[in-house]
Amino acid sequence: MKKNILEIKDLSISLNGKKILNNISMEIWEGYVHAIVGPNGAGKSTLASTIMGLEGYRHYTGSIFFKEKDISKLSIDERARLGITFGWQEPARYEGLLVKDFLKAAAGNKNDDFIFEQLERVGLEPEEYAERAVDKTLSGGERKKVELASILVMDPDLVLLDEPDSGIDVATLDKIFEVIKEQKKKKRTIVLITHSLAVLEQADHAFLFCNGEILEKAVAKKIIPYFKDRCIPCKHKNIPDKEGVRLE
Amino acid sequence: MNNNDLTKELSQITETDDIFKQPDIAHVFIHQHKVIQSHLLPGLKVDVKEFEDHIVVNTIVEKNIKIDKPVHMCFGMLPEKGIQKMVIHNEIQENASASFLSHCAFPNAVDIQHIMDGTIKVGKNARFRYLEKHVHGLHGGVKVYPHTKIQLSEGARYYSEFELIKGRAGLIDIDYEAFCEKNSVLEMISRISGKEDDKIMIKETAHLMGERARGFLSSRVAATGNTRAEVYNKLTASAAYARGHIDCTEIIKDNAIVSAIPIVEVNHPKAHITHEAALGSVDSKQLQTLMARGLNEEDATDLIIKGLLS
Ligand SMILES: Nc1ncnc2c1ncn2[C@@H]1O[C@H](COP(=O)(O)OP(=O)(O)OP(=O)(O)O)[C@@H](O)[C@H]1O
Ligand SMILES: [Mg+2]
Repeated sequence: MKKNILEIKDLSISLNGKKILNNISMEIWEGYVHAIVGPNGAGKSTLASTIMGLEGYRHYTGSIFFKEKDISKLSIDERARLGITFGWQEPARYEGLLVKDFLKAAAGNKNDDFIFEQLERVGLEPEEYAERAVDKTLSGGERKKVELASILVMDPDLVLLDEPDSGIDVATLDKIFEVIKEQKKKKRTIVLITHSLAVLEQADHAFLFCNGEILEKAVAKKIIPYFKDRCIPCKHKNIPDKEGVRLE
Repeated sequence: MNNNDLTKELSQITETDDIFKQPDIAHVFIHQHKVIQSHLLPGLKVDVKEFEDHIVVNTIVEKNIKIDKPVHMCFGMLPEKGIQKMVIHNEIQENASASFLSHCAFPNAVDIQHIMDGTIKVGKNARFRYLEKHVHGLHGGVKVYPHTKIQLSEGARYYSEFELIKGRAGLIDIDYEAFCEKNSVLEMISRISGKEDDKIMIKETAHLMGERARGFLSSRVAATGNTRAEVYNKLTASAAYARGHIDCTEIIKDNAIVSAIPIVEVNHPKAHITHEAALGSVDSKQLQTLMARGLNEEDATDLIIKGLLS
């Protein structure tokens, strides 16, 4: 019996007068790995930002229920404390903030050993990285790994990962896939936003987005042809009209 | 209080208790206008003239002398009220290297002025690190005026940090001006946080006068409450391949007002100077990332500021 950890109904959101998500309804099952795929500009990151309640993404219509609770009025940190988090496509950098302190911020009352284990899980040696700053001296890939480590430290019930593979080398990607499997065993729910077939293949279930709508929801395997055919032919050509409003 | 008690108290406040046991760490403790304790090393000369209303401290690190461990200078005052006026000349002679850690402690300040007029000379190919760490009281009743002229000879390297590590800024009025000769390298960093009605003025100037002189000025200010902060950074470059950069970040909360005035002046076609400034509230992506890990806005902001000022 599948249980919904997240339930989205008729979600629409406009940004700067442009409709970006149009009547999205979806269910995210607890303990499963889900993927969201679709072309650039389809609205994938917008959806994740809206679920997390980020600044600028709070004026939507429709509803978002997490663990059967309407979260629309909750702030980001309240959502986080309920068990949701988000991994940015391009994570922020912090001048002077040490990796270990950044990770500790996510830890609640978990101990240092646990924190350092999470660094190792994403392929970063604690001795080498714990005392470094989460600033521009980290490479793009290293920064992504630190972001992932902080999510593992938090260990939320639901995580939305926006392109977790971008900038990540192949060896680390295998480690990340391992982590995904381990988290799934622990009944954690994972949503992977991706352009990668390899990442999609980690998912049990997938959503195909196009132009702010869901074209298909199915077992991940059924979405794979989308990659083969580049895109599934659809009525949405992703061409905005003169005002920049999507064609209905 | 006798000198021993004063030293003990100052060293506790500045967390320098452990330096006395180590013979290879030099130190000089000055309370208001009197030396209360000192320990020197070969090649490190400190000549002091005590007056009623000020103190003159001439320090020399002699030619070719390398002092491995930081020399601790502790300047402070324990009373609630008073003026400490210091005239400080530091000279690091040719090829010498040293680092000075100045602890400035005014833990009980209700109405204290700390006036420091200084000069720093860093000789040819010498290296000098100057770290000034302030411990102030909680009342904001302290006014500090560190004013220093810095001279870097050919190939000299100078690094300085000004940091308020504890207590209220009160009024901080920094004025540093550096003259940099050929191949010298200057780095000046200040990190200060202000709250309530604190006032922070930072004026840092560097003149890159010699070929390949390099200068970097960096200011980090976090201003909350009704703090006013003004940062003037000036870099001039007048020789070939002189390179400089100004970097100013000021974060504000509440009713604080901050300003940054970078002045860059280049009058040699082969010199190059850049500047960047970021003023305003905490970066929203940084903030939202930490909030998405469960921190409330206040704690997230504090952590970001702590990093910035560390
Ligand atoms: N603040 C905004 N104002 C107007 N349009 C916006 C705004 N933010 C995003 N958009 C538009 O919304 C659409 C969806 O953007 P989104 O970032 O969600 O796409 P995506 O599916 O994540 O794409 P990608 O694969 O490139 O990351 C894009 O057309 C984008 O230009
Ligand atoms: Mg995106």
